[in-house]
Amino acid sequence: MGPGTVLGMTRIDKNPNGGNTAVTVRGLVKHYGETKALDGVDLDVREGTVMGVLGPNGAGKTTLVRILSTLLAPTAGEATVVGYDVLRQPRQLRKVIGLTGQYASVDEKLAGWENLYLIGRLLDLTRKDARSRADELLERFSLTEAARRPASTYSGGMRRRLDLAASMIGRPQVLFLDEPTTGLDPRTRNEVWAEVKSMVGEGVTVLLTTQYMEEAEQLASELTVVDRGKVIASGGIEELKSKVGGRALRIRPVDPLELRPLAGALDALGITGLATTTVDPETGTLLVPILSDEQLTAVVGAVTARGITIGSITTELPSLDEVFLSLTGHKASAPQDAVPTDTREEVAV
Amino acid sequence: MSAATITATPAATDAHIPLRNHFRHTGALIRRNLLWIRQDPESMFDAVLFPVIFTLLFVYVFGGSIGKSLGGGQEAYVQYVIPGLLAMMGMNMSQGVGTGFNTDFNSGVMDRFRSLPIGRGSVLIAKIVVELMRMLAACVILMIVAVLVGFDITSWIGMLGAVGLATVFGSALMWVFITLGVTMKSAQSVQAMGFLVMMPLQFGSSIFAPTDSMPGWLQNFTEYNPLSSLADAARGMMVGGPVAHGLWVTLAWSVGLTAVMAPVAIHKFRTKN
Ligand SMILES: Nc1ncnc2c1ncn2[C@@H]1O[C@H](COP(=O)(O)OP(=O)(O)OP(=O)(O)O)[C@@H](O)[C@H]1O
Ligand SMILES: [Mg+2]
Repeated sequence: MGPGTVLGMTRIDKNPNGGNTAVTVRGLVKHYGETKALDGVDLDVREGTVMGVLGPNGAGKTTLVRILSTLLAPTAGEATVVGYDVLRQPRQLRKVIGLTGQYASVDEKLAGWENLYLIGRLLDLTRKDARSRADELLERFSLTEAARRPASTYSGGMRRRLDLAASMIGRPQVLFLDEPTTGLDPRTRNEVWAEVKSMVGEGVTVLLTTQYMEEAEQLASELTVVDRGKVIASGGIEELKSKVGGRALRIRPVDPLELRPLAGALDALGITGLATTTVDPETGTLLVPILSDEQLTAVVGAVTARGITIGSITTELPSLDEVFLSLTGHKASAPQDAVPTDTREEVAV
Repeated sequence: MSAATITATPAATDAHIPLRNHFRHTGALIRRNLLWIRQDPESMFDAVLFPVIFTLLFVYVFGGSIGKSLGGGQEAYVQYVIPGLLAMMGMNMSQGVGTGFNTDFNSGVMDRFRSLPIGRGSVLIAKIVVELMRMLAACVILMIVAVLVGFDITSWIGMLGAVGLATVFGSALMWVFITLGVTMKSAQSVQAMGFLVMMPLQFGSSIFAPTDSMPGWLQNFTEYNPLSSLADAARGMMVGGPVAHGLWVTLAWSVGLTAVMAPVAIHKFRTKN
């Protein structure tokens, strides 16, 4: 996105970079009694791009995806997908979308292949086409070996992949992915990311929700940050990143015994403004929050000065909490539930 | 919605799903429900084991003593209880439709179906069709066991009629269970609720024993209990005796239940999200 980007406002310029809009959302509201799950959301997704919707628990991400995929009627406002109105043209709309919900929606009692074949038939493919499409997608999502086993025997990652495959059967123009990698281990998460990227390569428009800045950065070109049913920021990912600032340095000494002494040494340095470092014994790494390039230089200098062998140094993106803090000046509404990027590995099941 | 929301797409017409496609969708979903059974044969336990266990239990445990009061012995009781058990099958087997839908809604499978360009009715009809097949299977198994324990079918046409009547009543009850299945939180609570409703209906009826020795208040209950009417009509058709009264009462109940509960069930099913 370009100059039309706004921060903390709801109106978004139409297609600043040209191209057709695949998803248009205007003033979308969904109330559950007192709860305002969506409170006037505006959003545009250009054809062939990936829009990331970033927000903490309860922000309204799932509500948005369910309205866009016609599972839920909005209280007010309007939304169209490829020009089809969610309320007035649900059947047309369903022909052009694919949905992978937050919780896997595969039929556990059916084999993976049967799940895909059924959906092919429901999408009006001929028996022959439904069969070959099922084979093809199982192959592509590395599920061929498990094709005849009931989905109840699949691991979490396999179910997710089957779910993704299911949403691809009808060759959708627009794909909705609701937290596609939450709860997956890093390896499986990378596989899912690779799949999403290859779908985008085929020209599919994607709207994906996530709680991880890192995931948004990996997949999305544009980002909408939501909190308590409101858009609090939107724009190109690079642009938002530069606004958000704050990185973290992850240092892995070759000898894990060096972890604690190194942490102590960095804290003792007393670099101005440097928050305390955290030791992550699981991965044998040290996480040092960095606010400026000067700090980065100072930390690297200190590490070098100790003369220990370093396995790796990487910079990481800010956690969701940090994004919110810098965008809004307050913490995300449910910080105790929100999983920051840098601790995800420990949380993943 | 305010008038301001009407913008772009002037003729916002939705796609029409041709009848052929509805049939194809329903067929695919029937196949899916049958695969469930193949994958999980235990789900047929109710259809297979209930008829066997109930027949053996009632015939061999209570048969002798109740048969005596019927003016015969165990053989007399077999003739009495088998049509009653047929009525019971019609009711018991109607329950599965509720737990099945509950599972589908809770597991997110229904979300998947609803995001596809199919009519929701296809999902409903496919489930009902397969549950009716299960009900018929249970009735057939009951008849086989019945013959094995010495049941004497005096009229084959009567037997078909009785199976048909039990199925008609059972399918009317299905609307009640669809409503429960769609509205209640878990499949277990649907089952528990079904049990609570069916227990008194079963035992407070003429299914297992003649009602004339029951206390007055209970006799009143059994008289209005549609299961008594169904059991009496089935008995009349299969082994001889009065049919008309029980038949009409059962049909009236079936029509009434369907007229009241089918719209409720369909509405709940269509609007659930
Ligand atoms: N059916 C419902 N009834 C009442 N409140 C609901 C319902 N569904 C969602 N909500 C509320 O709406 C708000 C937004 O929920 P939503 O599921 O869209 O959030 P989310 O961003 O997807 O969160 P998460 O990251 O936990 O998945 C929450 O406060 C939630 O409690
Ligand atoms: Mg959600």
